[in-house]
Amino acid sequence: MAERTYLQAISDGLRQEMRADKRVFVIGEDVGVYGGAFKVTLGFQEEFGAWRVIDSPLSETAILGACTGSAIMGMRPVAEMQFADFISCAWDHLVTVAAKQRYRAGTPIPITVRLPSGGGFSGGPFHSQNPESSFAHIAGLKVVCPATPADAKGLLATAIQDANPCLFFEHKHLYRRIKGEVPDERYEVPFGKARMHQEGSDVSVITWGAMVYTAEEAARQIADADGVSVEILDLRTLIPWDKEAVLATAAKTSKVLVLHEDTRTGGFGAEIAATIAEEAFEDLDAPVRRIAAPDAPVPFSPPLERAFIPQVEDVAAGLRDLAEY
Amino acid sequence: MAIAREAEPVTSLREIHEAGLDREDLLGIYRNLLVTRSIEERGHILYKQGKIPGSFYTGRGNEAASVGVATAMGPEDVGTPLHRDMGVHVTRGVEPWRIFAQYMGRADGPTAGKDGNVHMADSRLGLIAMVSHLPAMLPVAVGCALAFRIREEPRVALGWFGEGAAARGDTHEGMNLAGVRRLPVVFICDNNQWAYSTPTYLGYPTEHVADRAQAYGFEGVVVDGTDVLAVYRETRRAIEKARAGGGPTLVECLTLRMEGHAVHDDAFYVPRELFEEWARADPIERYRTWLHQNADLSDDEENEITSDVKRVMNDAIRRAEESPLPDPSTVTDGVFASQEELDTPHHK
Repeated sequence: MAERTYLQAISDGLRQEMRADKRVFVIGEDVGVYGGAFKVTLGFQEEFGAWRVIDSPLSETAILGACTGSAIMGMRPVAEMQFADFISCAWDHLVTVAAKQRYRAGTPIPITVRLPSGGGFSGGPFHSQNPESSFAHIAGLKVVCPATPADAKGLLATAIQDANPCLFFEHKHLYRRIKGEVPDERYEVPFGKARMHQEGSDVSVITWGAMVYTAEEAARQIADADGVSVEILDLRTLIPWDKEAVLATAAKTSKVLVLHEDTRTGGFGAEIAATIAEEAFEDLDAPVRRIAAPDAPVPFSPPLERAFIPQVEDVAAGLRDLAEY
Repeated sequence: MAIAREAEPVTSLREIHEAGLDREDLLGIYRNLLVTRSIEERGHILYKQGKIPGSFYTGRGNEAASVGVATAMGPEDVGTPLHRDMGVHVTRGVEPWRIFAQYMGRADGPTAGKDGNVHMADSRLGLIAMVSHLPAMLPVAVGCALAFRIREEPRVALGWFGEGAAARGDTHEGMNLAGVRRLPVVFICDNNQWAYSTPTYLGYPTEHVADRAQAYGFEGVVVDGTDVLAVYRETRRAIEKARAGGGPTLVECLTLRMEGHAVHDDAFYVPRELFEEWARADPIERYRTWLHQNADLSDDEENEITSDVKRVMNDAIRRAEESPLPDPSTVTDGVFASQEELDTPHHK
């Protein structure tokens, strides 16, 4: 056990998987000599060679197509999109081929796509997005959104060994800011099992990724100021998602706030809110509340970006409203 | 001005023996050509009888191109054939009754009713099922070749596309990556001159699609797609070059799509004279004549093959019609693969 940043945990997990399993290889733009735009694969090419840490041309479709073909031939490819935003260039391949091949043709596609995502540092409209909800809507893809270093490492191992295409959204704002204890040995964190980030009794927050920490700070503030006890449930994975844990926390506190950094309309929070309405209506003492980014592209300038990404004060206000309902 | 090499026809039996085919192989090719056309002719009848839902596509005119390419593949080679390439499935050994079951949406089709028409493949035969978005499977074929290169296996992947799909970015990205890494992949362009109603001069600006191979650092060759032996010989050269570490080749098989895009389409936009001209180069008739002239094909041998193919078709359709329709309760089965499914020859 050692303290590692979120980024180090991802890097450690990937290296460990490549050492343990010769079928695992990495392909992406600038992942080899340069070590990746965020240095997740720094030093990998020296250890594993240029045919297991492959610098690709600037070709997202070819990267993911090559992952699919090699996976069908028995490899366990891990693609890096330099930024999650660039997955749009490979949307067709992912959605048309990789997601549907098992269902329609019986062919498993065990690929992992690493997606540095999220905003908070003026990356602008094309280096800040959280497109996880778009992919959660596509049958056949698994969607992973780790919040802690230990989860990032364990969920990555699970994704690489999973028999299906897994989208691994690693939040850039957590890379070097978040540290935590991470086991040294290889381990897997199962998909579809939410993590109780903190227990509480008055209001529940259901969230994932970087918003876990926004919720944590908001919860601390209103606990101090208003004495409200907030429970925070980190979903960890959106596909599959832990409906049981969501319904349990709804039953426990009877007040639910769903929080995400992706935009509001059609966001995955809507699915959670609708499910609670369908299956836990009688447990509720207040309408389910959603806090999400507004329906706009991610803006560049700091005051605009702050207005876009849900802030601690937005979440605190939402929690206070719910507590007082 | 053409840049790609234009392949010569195969003129003698000796030449084709040297290219690796004996007389039995040559008769096998004839049989595969007949099976290919018969499956599509019989399928078309079933479609008109209302026994096949959806639409129906044929590869009439492309039989020699698909059979010729597949004949050149080694047993461990893999490929991503498309909707005009029934001959690839046939040559690799798929049982015809399963194709009819696929057409009819039955439980015993290769996709068990989850997908239709030629969107199918038997992975045990080294084939990967196509999608409608052409040429999405080209980067997949490149990925197969990448796996072979990483593991240093002497295997080759074949990726198919049409001249219409040559306009899409997937074609460029796949060929560029393959060229950069000199991967063991052969690109097969089924150039049937019409992308639905779009003629070649509105699809690409060069004389041949294969001309662009040079831009990716490998060889392009254009071959008469109605000449099954020339297609075989050129593909085999390309495959063995790739197997030996010589990198990709783009083989363009020039044919004419002898029917509409699908059976609803009467192809009114194709000049009548063009059909008449290419009908004189019918790939099966052409090869039958070649066998009579060069390989001493007797009338008895020919009749035996023809009647055997008829029997196979009748049996296949009967068996396919006995196959049940899929159980509606299986509608969400198989969206995700289980871990056990990875325990296959490919994935071990």
